[in-house]
Amino acid sequence: MSYRQPVVETSPPVSDEIRKTTCYMCACRCGINVHMKNGKVAYIEGNRDHPVNKGVLCAKGSSGIMQVTAPSRLRAPMKRVGPRGSGEFQEISWDEALETAASWLKPLRATAPEKLAFFTGRDQSQSFTSWWAQAFGTPNYAAHGGFCSVNMAAGGIYTMGGAFWEFGQPDWDHTKLFILFGVAEDHDSNPIKMGIGKIKSRGAKVIGINPIRSGYNAVADDWYGVTPGADGLLILAIIHELLKAGKIDTRYLAQWTNAPCLVNAEEGPEKGLLLRDPDGKLLVIDRATGQPAPFDRKGVRPDLGATWNGHRTVFQHLAERYLSADYAPETVAARVGITAERIRGLAAEIARVAFDEAIELAQPWTDFRGERHETMPGRPVSFHAMRGISAHSNGFQTARALHVLQILIGSVETPGGFRFKPPYPKPFDAHPKPHSKVTPGAPLDGPHLGYPTGPEHLALKPDGSPARIDKAFSWENPMSAHGLMHMVISNAHAGDPYRIDTLLLYMANMAWNSSMNTRQVIEMLTDTGADGEYVIPRIIYSDAYSSEMVAYADLILPDTTYLERHDCISLLDRPICEADAAADAIRWPVIEPDRDVRGFQSVLLDLGARLGLPGMVAEDGQPKYKDYGDYIVRHERRPGVGPLAGFRGNGESVGRGAPNPDQMKRYIDNGGFFMAHVPHEAAYYKPWNAGYQDWAVGMAFYDKPSPYLFSIWSEPMRRFQLAAEGHGTRQPPDHLRARLMMAMDPLPIWYSPFGDEDAADYPIHALTQRPMAMYHSWGTQNAWLRQIHGRNPLYLPGSIWKEHGFKDGDWARVTSPHGSITVPVALHGGLNENTIWTWNAIGKRKGTWALEPEAPEATKGFLLNHLIHELLPPKGDGLRWANSDPVTGQAAWFDLRVKIERVDPQEQTLPDFPEIKSPVPKAPRNRLWGAEK
Amino acid sequence: MTELPGSTKKKLGLVIDLDICVGCHACVTSCKGWNTENYGAPLSDMDAYGADPSGTFLNRVHSFEVQPAAGPAQTIHFPKSCLHCEDAPCVTVCPTGASYKRQEDGIVLVNESACIGCGLCAWACPYGARELDQAAGVMKKCTLCIDRIYNDNLPEVDRVPACVRTCPAGARHFGDLGDPDSPVSQLVADRGGMDLMPELGTKPVNKYLPPRPKDRAPAAPLTPIADVQATGIAGWLDRLLEKF
Repeated sequence: MSYRQPVVETSPPVSDEIRKTTCYMCACRCGINVHMKNGKVAYIEGNRDHPVNKGVLCAKGSSGIMQVTAPSRLRAPMKRVGPRGSGEFQEISWDEALETAASWLKPLRATAPEKLAFFTGRDQSQSFTSWWAQAFGTPNYAAHGGFCSVNMAAGGIYTMGGAFWEFGQPDWDHTKLFILFGVAEDHDSNPIKMGIGKIKSRGAKVIGINPIRSGYNAVADDWYGVTPGADGLLILAIIHELLKAGKIDTRYLAQWTNAPCLVNAEEGPEKGLLLRDPDGKLLVIDRATGQPAPFDRKGVRPDLGATWNGHRTVFQHLAERYLSADYAPETVAARVGITAERIRGLAAEIARVAFDEAIELAQPWTDFRGERHETMPGRPVSFHAMRGISAHSNGFQTARALHVLQILIGSVETPGGFRFKPPYPKPFDAHPKPHSKVTPGAPLDGPHLGYPTGPEHLALKPDGSPARIDKAFSWENPMSAHGLMHMVISNAHAGDPYRIDTLLLYMANMAWNSSMNTRQVIEMLTDTGADGEYVIPRIIYSDAYSSEMVAYADLILPDTTYLERHDCISLLDRPICEADAAADAIRWPVIEPDRDVRGFQSVLLDLGARLGLPGMVAEDGQPKYKDYGDYIVRHERRPGVGPLAGFRGNGESVGRGAPNPDQMKRYIDNGGFFMAHVPHEAAYYKPWNAGYQDWAVGMAFYDKPSPYLFSIWSEPMRRFQLAAEGHGTRQPPDHLRARLMMAMDPLPIWYSPFGDEDAADYPIHALTQRPMAMYHSWGTQNAWLRQIHGRNPLYLPGSIWKEHGFKDGDWARVTSPHGSITVPVALHGGLNENTIWTWNAIGKRKGTWALEPEAPEATKGFLLNHLIHELLPPKGDGLRWANSDPVTGQAAWFDLRVKIERVDPQEQTLPDFPEIKSPVPKAPRNRLWGAEK
Repeated sequence: MTELPGSTKKKLGLVIDLDICVGCHACVTSCKGWNTENYGAPLSDMDAYGADPSGTFLNRVHSFEVQPAAGPAQTIHFPKSCLHCEDAPCVTVCPTGASYKRQEDGIVLVNESACIGCGLCAWACPYGARELDQAAGVMKKCTLCIDRIYNDNLPEVDRVPACVRTCPAGARHFGDLGDPDSPVSQLVADRGGMDLMPELGTKPVNKYLPPRPKDRAPAAPLTPIADVQATGIAGWLDRLLEKF
């Protein structure tokens, strides 16, 4: 043989050991195999057995090694020794840190627990953190849903008992048409990619409806570049077209929704509520008898078209509204930014696939009325949406409109459509109600967050003022199921509704990308009163990394990285289930921290014990739990029900069972998760499927079967509207009546985003989105990921590019009614012609995240946040109107309107902020793996 | 200066589906992670936290915007790594024999102990698929994860390149493109798989599946069941519920 080649070792050892845990590089929570060599992390790959990612892993997850070795990791507890914002800290012991925190919080609990405001950001332990806050007794707790996507969650829960992402997923195995409305690419990440790949590979179609054609929209077969904030109008126009053509699933609507229920037509306090029998059951007219019957009676055939004693069905109200020419494609086309022809075509495509390509699975099942069905018919059109439609001041109603569209074609919980993931479906009235009653020295009267069904559930003080610092569950935003984290600092600074003493934040970069109006938030955090003291007197912050927020806290409780900690992704909270299985998962310390840091949850348990909080102190006065890992195994929320559902009791019990001391080990041995499969006969039609309901009771999701009808007509909304009309004893302030009457419409409506008011001089919509390869601020410190997304030009459509004569390398000054930024620009042809955008949170403050001050993130990067105020422009009434959805309080990030002008190339984006002194040592210049080992 | 084998027993390579690549870069960092720990010198990152970070990557995703004659602009995500060409100019240009193409499977590799870091191969490669590691001073390139695909220490299902194993969209396929009956060859045949810049005569083994046509003409509008203006809601309702 003349050709010679070297011998290559093709079977080298891969690693010493694989440790399986759960990723935390975004909110997706994939299973990972952490390959260990010499006790160190060597390589991270997806876990093939895991229900979420089935072996695949995204760019972020695959870069986890650079996260757990990032030089930005905080090293020890710290107390502030310079002014807030200076970055001057002194490292202290954990004992000093915890005693300091306890000394601040103990008097608050004894006298005024509401003076502690505890808000968490990318917290995946909300069932724990909320339990802690409840034990402390403050009403001021929430996670970050209010500035993220509460409109989507609440819109779904109130309409159908669940929403997208954590609550459910497209039926990837059967869907033939997948329609994606604007999305944040980590909600969720890998499952959407896997789904899109799977369905496109078999020839199914993907439609993207998004002002920006990137990411998932780039592979969509058809793209509709909708104008931001007009999605709801587009959806209602599609509904108009479907109704006109009779392309709706009348059988589905009659059986499974409140479409056949009767809307009380009598003037008075019951008007617009649904008629009920004396047992409180919804009434329908039975087509067999023409008489009223309870909706759940066996054999009932609800009549969609009935009128009884002047009371008409929900369905008639719906038809009357959406058949109106107000929703005709030609009426809405200009506002939506899509031609009438294309809107009609989209409706026709949906109808064609839903009805002409309907499918049927040969799977018998029995419904809650006791009726047996031999098959499961399905409408193979599925939808997904997240922040793109929900981060508007009309987002709740838009989310509801989208859910009603899915329901009208009969695709929710049917094969090929949208499927809930256990523990969902769960109707709004099966969720807790908000609680806010404060008793000094005692726990809160119940869980903070929940789903109000009427004014009686608002969190108001006896004088009618908001009980919570964020004004959640107040007349300003009655259904704020996730709180309003974005209003906490602003309200606390304004003393509106009252002043607080201590702000405790976890994993929330509120001094930077997680706040609207970043500059003024920074000023609020550093503002002092006449006495020279800070207006927000104390701030405690826990983060694993040197984020912008660190400099603004007085006490830092350094968290671990995700591979150094215990966690539970719990069914009590936001689990990792799939449509065919209930599942929960853990994290466990696959490596030990090499710094003096502790998992925040363990720290909270320690702090709780020092404060003597109920449930955290054992009978002998010692801390009840050694750490969070101990809590996860031994804590019981109800008898037999704990944070983890698997391996309970003797190790064989599922859902319910005594705490099992070996539970954590069983999870580790099982790959870091537990999965219980939904029985085949329970796989679809879950809200009405007796088999599913029984299984769910066994899994402890509910204590008894809880079938329900989907709420096309939302009675809770109507109750708030009735109050605004003057009915009932709990009355809104007069200045909110008109807005409540408009916004709390029991049928989905569309109205112009509030940001459009007085925006005539600001003709352009400005958006941000997250890159798939970067979990906003977290990814920046990652040496691999920042090479992918280290810069974020402002992308402009061709129309604006030409109009202003932009050239490559140019910069622009962008101005909103609130502020101005000066930033680099780039051309992006695949855009709505009135929309500009950039990647979210690439921009960083100098001195943070262990980046060099010359890093492009700090010199060329920027935030749109500077252009967005947390309040609407003053209306002259002296009131502070939140820039939020009037139903849920969701931050209306995407209502932003701007104008743009060309400027010459610059060296530094504006606004520029002074460099913060880094609380961590300077990073190494190069990362050289061989040299580092 | 270095000889290519006359022919190879197999032509192992990648088939990349541009219709479903969402541009997520999972393949980029998964490759970086595996190849930092495995074959040859680790992949360094210079100025890792500074003004001009510059690391070695064996695989990168480029995004291009395409403006069709009609319709809106489209974005194509285009992952690119060594294409393991049959007529690999990077091999023949190598002065030391460090670059070579394996006879048994066609994989193009760099024998790092013979590499002098002259960079000629990177100049010769028309695809820009090779990167000189600034710390190690040796040329790095895609190995098709030669230390995975035959590795007895990995479960059989995992004996694929790291980029293929991790790709969330399933846009990357690995196999023998020399065997017309292999699944990857079938995929290429079914979907009109293409060579990258075939006019250069490098005969790349890797293939790209082109994006399917986008932005279809609108479907014909639906036909109303009644003229609601004329019949009112009642007439429409009667027509709708007749069939029920």
